[in-house]
Amino acid sequence: MKPGSDSYDVAIIGAGVSGANIARRLSAYELDVALIEKEVDVSFGTSKANSGIVHGGFHHNKKYLKARLELQGAMMFDRLKAELDFPFERCGIVVAAMHEDEMRPIEQLYMQGVENGVIGIEMCSRERMLELEPKLSADCVGGLYAPGGGIVEPYRFVFSLVENATKNGVRLLTSFKVDTASREGERWVIRSTDGRSIRARYVVNAAGLYADEVSRIFGGEEFAIKARKGEYYLLDRMTKCKPERVVFPVPTSVSKGMLVIPTVEGTVLIGPTATVVPDKTDLATTRAELETILKSARNMIPSVSETDVITSFAGLRPCLEEDFYIEPSRKAPAFIQVAGIQSPGLTASPAIGEYVKDLLKKEGLKLVEKADWDPFVRKVPRAKDLSPFELDELVRKDPSYGEIVCRCERVTEAEIVEAIRRGHTTLDGIKYFTRAQMGRCQGGFCTYKILKIIMRETGMSWDEITKRGSGSSVLRGEL
Amino acid sequence: MKEMRFDSAVIGGGAAGMAAALELAARGLSCAVIEREGHLGGILMQCVHNGFGLIEFNEELSGPEFAERFEEKVRKTAITPFVGTTVIEIENEGAEKVLSCVSAGLGVVRIRAKAVVLAMGCRERNRGNIRIPGSRPAGVYTAGLAQRLVNIEGYVPGKDVVIIGSGDIGLIMARRMSWVGCKVHAVVEILPYPSGLTRNIVQCLNDFGIPLYLSHLTTNIYGKDRVEGVEITPIENGALMTEKAFKIPCDTVLLSVGLVPENELSKTAGVEINPMTNGPIVDSSLMTSVPGIFACGNVLHVHDLVDFVVEEARRAGAFAAEWLSGKRPAKEVRVKAGPNVRYVNQSRVDPSRDNKLYLRTLIVKNDALLEVKLNNKVVRQAKKSHVQPSEMISLTLGPAELEAALQVPDSVLEISIQ
Repeated sequence: MKPGSDSYDVAIIGAGVSGANIARRLSAYELDVALIEKEVDVSFGTSKANSGIVHGGFHHNKKYLKARLELQGAMMFDRLKAELDFPFERCGIVVAAMHEDEMRPIEQLYMQGVENGVIGIEMCSRERMLELEPKLSADCVGGLYAPGGGIVEPYRFVFSLVENATKNGVRLLTSFKVDTASREGERWVIRSTDGRSIRARYVVNAAGLYADEVSRIFGGEEFAIKARKGEYYLLDRMTKCKPERVVFPVPTSVSKGMLVIPTVEGTVLIGPTATVVPDKTDLATTRAELETILKSARNMIPSVSETDVITSFAGLRPCLEEDFYIEPSRKAPAFIQVAGIQSPGLTASPAIGEYVKDLLKKEGLKLVEKADWDPFVRKVPRAKDLSPFELDELVRKDPSYGEIVCRCERVTEAEIVEAIRRGHTTLDGIKYFTRAQMGRCQGGFCTYKILKIIMRETGMSWDEITKRGSGSSVLRGEL
Repeated sequence: MKEMRFDSAVIGGGAAGMAAALELAARGLSCAVIEREGHLGGILMQCVHNGFGLIEFNEELSGPEFAERFEEKVRKTAITPFVGTTVIEIENEGAEKVLSCVSAGLGVVRIRAKAVVLAMGCRERNRGNIRIPGSRPAGVYTAGLAQRLVNIEGYVPGKDVVIIGSGDIGLIMARRMSWVGCKVHAVVEILPYPSGLTRNIVQCLNDFGIPLYLSHLTTNIYGKDRVEGVEITPIENGALMTEKAFKIPCDTVLLSVGLVPENELSKTAGVEINPMTNGPIVDSSLMTSVPGIFACGNVLHVHDLVDFVVEEARRAGAFAAEWLSGKRPAKEVRVKAGPNVRYVNQSRVDPSRDNKLYLRTLIVKNDALLEVKLNNKVVRQAKKSHVQPSEMISLTLGPAELEAALQVPDSVLEISIQ
């Protein structure tokens, strides 16, 4: 692409986990690709607040596209981790039956898992369950075990995908909220609310909660995305209730239920609830729902204690219908819908990248592999993961690895600077990249240090610093 | 990786750490003080208000002035301060403790010491800890972070403020924010009585006309990007009066909802924690469950005044020195928190000498009676004109009260408040 050009082969709207996977997949070809995001940073929507699970492949019937993409996507994570340096671990998943009556649905899940070709899936006796997961309640009567299920840090996954995509030529446009779209010959002209415009031959609608609005802007199908809220509690890494594996209850008709998740970074997450909310920006937690979560989690793991809670949060799943809606629009030309990507969207996302690449090819996009495509991102050493010897060596090369900024998650100044240099300049962006402010003090000790590092590294003044973009200013005055 | 050896090492260079180190050095022991910030003084450095040192120096000092007096003494001794240095792990290696410390200048240094004094202080409880529902906009800060921003960094975190919790830092910040031109709309306290010192209620709220809502719970925080308001609900007879809930518009919420001793590092060394204080369980010499590791100040239990902190820290330093010289108590008596007592800060007393105890009550009461029983026999009674959980009570028990324990195995000392 010519420098400064605003014309692309493909424009992907939405830099969540779907858009990021599609962008990264397309970056392997001789294409000009733009990845458009309305927020100030990537992964700031549904992809930042979810369970962070690579599912076990037994929850959905293969007749659904989402089940097929889940199975395929789950298999792709090991290679992606090796290339993209994000936290992922196959810790395994158990589904715990707490009553004899629940063994019937467990059996059905097992049959479905076998039908889906899930490797290593097993039905478990009470004894086997307690051996697999000693923190489980003694009331557990049996369950299911899927050893291939895992845990992933979703925002780090998206950050790495986008970083790698941009390294391979994808252009990332943040704070670009699509306002209008029109046809100019064989191309789309997309204008943002702040007056920028780009042109693209193909458009992928991966706008998550707002895929319905984006479809409408492009004259595509009329549909309505509903926001289903999931509330969570995050527990300190020193909690006694940390399980070895992801613990699911027996699912209900609407959701997979409330889980106890040992996060890949060592904390414990409990939740989510599932409530449809009318407002797509409603990320508020509620007293009633949080009580429900604690009760449900304690039912499976009695040592869950509210004194270990360090924060709560909520995420919104973009719900359309039972299945994912991934197909070329029948109304809008050269427009691919990637909508209704609720659970198991994160698990399926690498396969969504493949699937959309194939759809674009079918729609006439020419795919020529790049000879010099580089699948890797540069690894950032994390002080938390290093032995004292390794850390010592690193400090000698870069003394800022000796400045611990976040004591709770042991994050050094070097890591904060690295986050900023990779484009994460808000407090939340830095939090998701480094984990600073994510531990037990929730930023009480380190926020002021991070503010100073942002100002020093970016040249921003105090009133330009935000938590997560416009309107969320952190400071309101200077003395 | 460098290794260094000291007789003793103190973790934390605030008031407690400096006071403990001075005692060790005064007894001719080599001592390292390891401080994560770039200078000694700890949290005192951001407490620019007066009120420190009334007991210690018999005058009213600001936090930095109080810290400076100790720092000057430290500089005059052979104490080795390591600033900008964070201890990341404590290991027990035979009779020695090995502290892995990281700093920009030295990389990782392994400091070996025969005795260690924990003096890392505490952290503020945050919104998650007390589970305030609502959205998560910018503008929610702990009072201590706001204090740092205003007093040291020179920034005002917001203009229209509601303070949740009536802890001392919150009260101090109510006054501070008013001074810098902000409007403090309310201080909201869940309990029927304030958590902070009475003098702070008078000087920081009453003098500024800031309303204090007792028995009120913050039931929601509103705002998409930045805080827009909070919902406050009265509590009557233990029940939330949902229909009486009201909203206070504001752009900033400051939290002053308690402090928690920071013992994650202590746990790496195997130190046992008392769930009532979140601090280590200590014996009559302020030694933790790990021989050779002592604790004092706010890492042991949260104190009201820095004057109490340094008093306790001096004892910890002196006890650590005694322990290094081989002295051990001949006999110790178990201490039990009796009726209406939340905790007594040490789990044992030594009947052969004076023992200074700090304790907190669970109740608010006028004309209360503090009673000490040894093996169910009353050995001390003291009238207290007023007791409340936020005011720490101190008490010294000596051989006169305790010598009977020498004859009875498994003696128990019980302290109660009626």
